[in-house]
Amino acid sequence: MFRFSRKHLCIPYAVFLILFVIAPLLVVIYYAFTNGQGEFTLNNFANFFTDSNTIGTLLYSMFIALITTAICLFIAYPVAYILARSNFKKKSVLLILFIVPMWINFTLRITAVKEILTFLEGNLAYYPFLNTIIGMTYDFLPFMILPLYTTLEKIDNKLIEASYDLGANPATTFVKVTLPLSLPGIISGVTMVFLPVMTNYVVLDMLYNSTYIMGSLIGSYFNAYDWNNGSIISIILLAIIFVVTIITNRLGNGSEESRGAVL
Amino acid sequence: MMKRLLTILLALLILLSFSFTTSISAFAEDKNEVITLRISNCEEYIDLGDWNEVIDLDSGDIVGKNSMIVDFENWFYRTYHKRVKVEYSTFGTNEDLYNQITLGDEFDLVCPSDYMGMKMIDEGMLLPLSKEFFDETDKNNYYINGVSPYIKDLMDNTTIGDESWSKYSAGYMWGTMGFVYNPDVVTNEEASTWKLFENTKFSRQLTVKDSIRDTYFGVLGLIYADELSTDEFKNSKDYNQRITEVMNDTSVETVNKAEKELQKIKENVYSFETDSGKADMVSGKVSVNFQWSGDAVYTLDQAEEDDCYFEFAVPEESSNLWCDGWVMLKDGIGGNKDKQLAAEAFINFLSRPDNVVRNMYYIGYTSCISGGDDDTILDYINWCYAAEDDEEDTVNYPLGFFFTGDNNDKKYVIKTTEDQTRRQLYAQYPTEDVLNRCAVMMFFDDDANTRINQMWINIRCFNLATVPNYVWISFCAFVLIIALMIFLFKSRGRIFRKRIPKGYKKV
Repeated sequence: MFRFSRKHLCIPYAVFLILFVIAPLLVVIYYAFTNGQGEFTLNNFANFFTDSNTIGTLLYSMFIALITTAICLFIAYPVAYILARSNFKKKSVLLILFIVPMWINFTLRITAVKEILTFLEGNLAYYPFLNTIIGMTYDFLPFMILPLYTTLEKIDNKLIEASYDLGANPATTFVKVTLPLSLPGIISGVTMVFLPVMTNYVVLDMLYNSTYIMGSLIGSYFNAYDWNNGSIISIILLAIIFVVTIITNRLGNGSEESRGAVL
Repeated sequence: MMKRLLTILLALLILLSFSFTTSISAFAEDKNEVITLRISNCEEYIDLGDWNEVIDLDSGDIVGKNSMIVDFENWFYRTYHKRVKVEYSTFGTNEDLYNQITLGDEFDLVCPSDYMGMKMIDEGMLLPLSKEFFDETDKNNYYINGVSPYIKDLMDNTTIGDESWSKYSAGYMWGTMGFVYNPDVVTNEEASTWKLFENTKFSRQLTVKDSIRDTYFGVLGLIYADELSTDEFKNSKDYNQRITEVMNDTSVETVNKAEKELQKIKENVYSFETDSGKADMVSGKVSVNFQWSGDAVYTLDQAEEDDCYFEFAVPEESSNLWCDGWVMLKDGIGGNKDKQLAAEAFINFLSRPDNVVRNMYYIGYTSCISGGDDDTILDYINWCYAAEDDEEDTVNYPLGFFFTGDNNDKKYVIKTTEDQTRRQLYAQYPTEDVLNRCAVMMFFDDDANTRINQMWINIRCFNLATVPNYVWISFCAFVLIIALMIFLFKSRGRIFRKRIPKGYKKV
């Protein structure tokens, strides 16, 4: 007779995973390493790394992601710090104020940004790169604030008091105690911003940046019925994400907390 | 005990529900066979009903209550005494549809654009329309009895391989491409040429389509603008054939030229847009919008509600005449005669003049159907665009070429206000001389497709090779300085070692 155990609670997830993650991934891998006739080839792979357009697109996407992440971190850290360390009674209300924009559909928000930028800049078309950075930052800022806030809030106040007791001034305390302790939050924030920004081409489309980033490049190959070259880019992106995740895990000493902060 | 009881109960319930549903469907199939017709159409490309306005034509009122699909199912049962169930789905782009079909999705009847239909014909995916479909004596054959002679000629004379386009495809909507412009900023003359793309007077004020084919066509028009405008070319005997050849040029040299032009255009335009151009026109962000005629009508209508009056111009050199058509898929229909009957009946039902009006009203595009002996469609054009009796500045706008092939036919002359010759009427039903300079754009063969796609990627991607040397040098310098700073910071203990005061020992 069928014995129900806790393990079986995973069945729905496993089914979902196999159907919608693993199976499509296998299809992508198949297309990535075959040519139009279905024969095995590594040409797609070679094409990617020898074409100055695709490499350029990769670097361009990374550049946008890097700048967006840096700005997000720069804006989000003080906010999260003040929120977490302050003694506001209504702290949770304030936090909600920061998260509420996340609940609004992002294309809607970008449309609003578009109007504001038009008001400020006059003609959007002259500043495609600046617009992209502003749009991306606006879009992903909450993803940076949240993990930072959770880690900063969890820091034991006694540690900071101890630092003062030992004669450190506020700046030293911040550099030597708070910052290292909030590293897991920084890392999960960076992962949550950097990687999605690299492929979020909708923001570029909506803010009239006509240069392709990784997401739009894949789409353009699929539109030309070239699934093989499109798939290899997806695989390469996946590899990059994999590497970045491993590196960030190393940086955070693989601490459990950093993962937890994301969720 | 309780648990076991529950399990048994559940099992019974599941069993019961299974047998119940199967028996119901078996019952239904026994009673009268239901034909399933799987249709895939572009989004928002058919009347879905539920509109308030009544179109009160002389030939009778037309209302859009139900969706066209429900009406078809009922009409089919009344006419052919068979039940049909339409499984209606939509696709985003022609390429999506093609990818879906090649990946194994099955449809019976689809409505791709001209070039995609031709590609499907070329690849042997389509079933030809039956002989009965072209039988003019059957009064239910609304398509063949109502299709505009102009469109019919066009489709008969366009060949893919040795086969005519009309053998496989029944025209649905057609139109041209041109510029929607704001007459306060741009003159009609400036907007009536492909050179507008590079007109620096409107730098960053015009949008082009984020679609390889449409924009490539426009660029071809730009490259060949001077050649196409010469009298020698215009008056040549085989003008139509020559213009089709020029506007379908996908040779290596031309694609290279197009790439150079596109680089310039990219620096001059506001954006490559898929859908935002219409809204940006109305909100005043741009003054010119490269657009399909049907969307142009929509833009003009929307703008009017906000008290903006835009106009539409089709370039003087040449333009694209596009025509979306219904085609039947071999894999879907198979040998099923009933299915084929239903599919062709669906085309006929959409071609019934009152339904044509409903679709045109709902979508804003122009139908390939002129109605034959039936005047409903002419009435509708008059209902939309005819000038009021007391209006001055009226002009005669002949459309005979579309309805009968004879442009002098008095019956088909629309008396309209002067501005309509540059507005909705002109966008929806261009004049004969506009259509004479239009060309159908065929599908790209595999080589040309790869070539043009590569060109597009070259345009749209950030090319590493274009980065000038000084950027590389300053970048390297920047990295070096950062590295040096990190190194200094890390080894600051060693470099700026504090002297140990006398009397102390280093621990």
